[in-house]
Amino acid sequence: MADISLSRAVRWDTVVGALLIVVLLFSFGFVDGFGNALNLSFLIGNTLPIALIALPMTLLVVSGEIDLSVASTAGLSGAVMGALWNQGMAIETIIPICLLLGVVCGLVNGLLVTKLGLPSLAVTIGTLAAYRGIAQIVLGSDAVTDFPAQYLDFASGRIGDTFIPYAFLPFLVLLAIAVVALHATPFGRSLFAIGASEEAARFAGIRVKRQKLILFTLTGLMASLTGIFWALHYASARYDNATGLELSVVAAVLLGGIDFDGGKGTLGGAIAGVFLLGALQNVMSLQDVSAQSQIVVTGVLLVLSVLGPRVARQIAVVRAQSSG
Amino acid sequence: MTHPSTTGPAPVLALRDVSKSFGAVRALRDVSLELFPGEVHALAGENGAGKSTLIKTLAGVHRPDTGQVLLDGAPVAFHGPGDARDAGIAVIYQEPTLFPDLSIAENIYMGRRPRRALGRIDHKATHNATAALMERLGVELDPDRPARGLSIADQQIVEIAKALSFDARVLIMDEPTAALTGSEVARLFGVVRTLREQGAAVLFISHRLEEIFEICQRVTTLRDGAWIASEPLDGMTEDDLVRRMVGRDLDELYPKQEVEPGEVALSVRRLTREGVFTDVSFEVRHGEIVGLAGLVGAGRTEVARAIFGIDRWDAGEVSVRGRALVNGAPSTAMSAGLALVPEDRRAQGLVMDMSIERNIGLTGLRTTVKAGLMDRGAERSRSLDWAVRLQVKYARIADTVNTLSGGNQQKVVLAKWLATGPRVLIVDEPTRGIDVGTKAEVHRLLSQLAADGVAVLMISSDLPEILGMADRVLVMHEGRLTAEIPRSDATEETVMAAATGRAAA
Ligand SMILES: Nc1ncnc2c1ncn2[C@@H]1O[C@H](COP(=O)(O)OP(=O)(O)OP(=O)(O)O)[C@@H](O)[C@H]1O
Ligand SMILES: [Mg+2]
Repeated sequence: MADISLSRAVRWDTVVGALLIVVLLFSFGFVDGFGNALNLSFLIGNTLPIALIALPMTLLVVSGEIDLSVASTAGLSGAVMGALWNQGMAIETIIPICLLLGVVCGLVNGLLVTKLGLPSLAVTIGTLAAYRGIAQIVLGSDAVTDFPAQYLDFASGRIGDTFIPYAFLPFLVLLAIAVVALHATPFGRSLFAIGASEEAARFAGIRVKRQKLILFTLTGLMASLTGIFWALHYASARYDNATGLELSVVAAVLLGGIDFDGGKGTLGGAIAGVFLLGALQNVMSLQDVSAQSQIVVTGVLLVLSVLGPRVARQIAVVRAQSSG
Repeated sequence: MTHPSTTGPAPVLALRDVSKSFGAVRALRDVSLELFPGEVHALAGENGAGKSTLIKTLAGVHRPDTGQVLLDGAPVAFHGPGDARDAGIAVIYQEPTLFPDLSIAENIYMGRRPRRALGRIDHKATHNATAALMERLGVELDPDRPARGLSIADQQIVEIAKALSFDARVLIMDEPTAALTGSEVARLFGVVRTLREQGAAVLFISHRLEEIFEICQRVTTLRDGAWIASEPLDGMTEDDLVRRMVGRDLDELYPKQEVEPGEVALSVRRLTREGVFTDVSFEVRHGEIVGLAGLVGAGRTEVARAIFGIDRWDAGEVSVRGRALVNGAPSTAMSAGLALVPEDRRAQGLVMDMSIERNIGLTGLRTTVKAGLMDRGAERSRSLDWAVRLQVKYARIADTVNTLSGGNQQKVVLAKWLATGPRVLIVDEPTRGIDVGTKAEVHRLLSQLAADGVAVLMISSDLPEILGMADRVLVMHEGRLTAEIPRSDATEETVMAAATGRAAA
């Protein structure tokens, strides 16, 4: 049985999950071109970058921190991949180098936050600009497209005639790992404590700074993995890949009921939020809604997602007080 | 209870047949209470009896489900604490609610600070008024320092000053003295007596019964949310009051067992933190309970924090059972067998939004683990076990701790640390806000732990508790250890003399 904070979040989870199902059913029924396997595989493939980064971002927001530099890290990692490929390096060597670079990017964020005690919002707005700047220095305005075919096929192909992209399978494995890490391990439990009350967590012997450093590093790693995936999926490594992706990730995670103040939420809710956003974007594209309007919708959803859980909680409180 | 008599003054503030429930918990059932001008009225009852709920109902924080609040005999409906304040009711809540980033003066004069021409805030007037309040309470607190980092006792004093600054007709105080030592309490009582003579009505809650008998004229007792009695204190004994509260006679309050001390368990050598405490050395042996006494601000809590690794020390060393502790690392202190029950349960002891189960579970993240995953069954039985042993009064173990009464929250903090099976236990105000019955139970537990070989360092502002439980008393004064007094020589006089710096070791 869940404690109250969890059961409130579960309620919001359920709301988002139900909303996702409603949107999917509605789209199957009424949106032309939505239900076919090809479109669905596009939907999933286009949502995967958000989903991948949402995994560590959820853990980070639960612990009361945020990382806005993820899209720039992804862009940097794609740019370095393109530059090294142009140098003639083997892709099998390039990918580990890029992942290592992501680890370094995350570590820098983490050290600035934990060692200097700076707020993560400020730190990662700074590195958002810095990492993107480095990406531009590395690759200039080139677009690298000639990656090996089997990699491109893996990143953009789907399993036979099904709606499932190949890349969805490794994502499911990562999702399972993240769910277990957040909800079933002492590490995850400590993140909830840190997010709800950092001081009380410290007094309980939890190594707050170390846990945060681990999270920022993991986030950097996942961001660079996403950057590699992005470049291969769209067969294009450019310095401005994934620009603005951090907004979608944060919007989706908050929409999924992860409290911006930390300490609350479930990964299931966050992922439901991610795919809800993905489905809406897909439907809007099919309906020829302009890119600008799509951004407006994302913005409105972001505001609603911050308000929604609060309103739900208020209702729960009022109910608890008036009952009995 | 009897309704207002025709003789004598009318009650300024009263509750009539008030009930209040939180979900299935009936916190108040048909409770009545009358507060007369010129009286100090005690509200007594065990943890969770409904005292704070009653106060919040009087103050307009809670609305009664049924029944009425009467002001000057007429029913009123306060729509929030602001309404009650406008009606001349000042309230000190059980838990301080200061804004950490505002200064002490700003906290006290929040929203009603003296203004000069053009609506500019008059800082000087605010500062001086605050300084005058501090003077009246006999404490040295800089009005301009921020509230962040104030000890619980100092926060409590700021709350008292704030309540006094209203010049209220009714002063309601929910355990204002829980963290204060004798000299601060004496000052507070002086002020309260003056207010009473000026015709104010005062409602006072404390689990220190001697305080009730010292300052109050009448007492209302609650048990499990029900009204038991309202009566004059004249002629009553502490035992009578306890029987009213608990419904039975009480066991020995200080059940101290004689234990032959063993090896040195905790050794502190020349520990110094610049500007906070200096050159502190002492040892605690297995089986010993050592009391650490001193006035508020003497540095007792700060020493405890440094030993456990919350703050870093600048010089000196600490070892537990021969193993040197790492500076500033609570996790290594824990693995060495050290536990610290901190003074501030809401900020330091508990994650208020988390369940009872998980709060107790937080100290078991390394032990209730199977194959790297949380062992929920083990976590639950560990938490249940300790919640029951400490008699925590709760509806469900999965309820968040902020639904518990203050005393029951304190028990959860104790449970959380006792569950680690510590070899050295530091307790900072272990019984703050805990009722007499449970206090005896906590003392029995500490005594039993000592008998089982645990080394206990006990910080307490409650001098009788120190005298009753400690084998030795260490006394701090202005950041230094000034005396070490064996149990046989420890009296209120010897300890207070050392604590105020009147005697050297
Ligand atoms: N907001 C709340 N939600 C649910 N239950 C509550 C809430 N506030 C109080 N209670 C419950 O009401 C009962 C009375 O609590 P109250 O705080 O009034 O006790 P108290 O007499 O002040 O105890 P203490 O001496 O420990 O401070 C307790 O059982 C408590 O758990
Ligand atoms: Mg109370």
